[in-house]
Amino acid sequence: MSERYHPGDRVRTSTVDPDHHTRLPHYARGKSGTVIGSDGVHPLADLSAQGIEQPQQVYLVRFSAQELFGQGDHTVTLSLWEDYLGDE
Amino acid sequence: MSDDHDDSPIAARVRELEAILEEKGLLDARELDQVLEAFAHKASPANGFRVVARAWVDDGFKARLLENANEALPELGLSMGGGLQVQRLHVVENTAQVHNVIVCTLCSCYPLSLLGPSPTWYKSPAYRSKVVSHPREVLAQFGLTLPESTEIQVWDANAESRYMVLPRRPANTEDLTEAELAAKVTRNGLIGTAAV
Repeated sequence: MSERYHPGDRVRTSTVDPDHHTRLPHYARGKSGTVIGSDGVHPLADLSAQGIEQPQQVYLVRFSAQELFGQGDHTVTLSLWEDYLGDE
Repeated sequence: MSDDHDDSPIAARVRELEAILEEKGLLDARELDQVLEAFAHKASPANGFRVVARAWVDDGFKARLLENANEALPELGLSMGGGLQVQRLHVVENTAQVHNVIVCTLCSCYPLSLLGPSPTWYKSPAYRSKVVSHPREVLAQFGLTLPESTEIQVWDANAESRYMVLPRRPANTEDLTEAELAAKVTRNGLIGTAAV
């Protein structure tokens, strides 16, 4: 499976708040971060919860606390499926 | 919050689901018990302590562990396959400049096989919400005050991967054996809420 994003790429997370299960936490929606690596290919959790198995690339994406919370000097890294991400 | 969840609504719901699945022949209770027992017996923080001690004394192992933890664990007879599926593990290293701390903001994902059952506070909404936004304050509540110059990296185990922190080796431990070093490590050190 070819990877759309690579380490160093800037990405922005989806702002969609779906009715179904998702693994994009609320605090990380609509935020800009940097891809720091691949996190393997796994069935997209949103579809798995609906009984559909669709493997998709997952990325490690790092966000600054400033971007996520408007304060703080730390970073937070999450594992995000490609569907959650768009170009910045 | 109590350590005993047997009377919680979720425990009751799980019991009901288990009964229905058994009734429909979709689940074999003995098989489930065997998997859970095997997993629970092997899941211990002593495993994580061994991994850390080996990484402290063997730079080659440490490099392999940080590069691909799932491939390095079998060198110590360990794996992330104790549960129903093999989980991806990332080991993140504390240095003089960087301190790591792990959380699962969505539920309570945790590398049980290496850290044992998770502490109640790890599953609490208070820890899960506050450590991502105010890690310095949360760590201070655990008695860990970091210099302002130390960068804190929080890792949210929100999807398929699990994390374990590789703490810094304490000073003046040059003469200790690997087993003695392992005894220095704490469960909270592997989560990142203690220095070691």
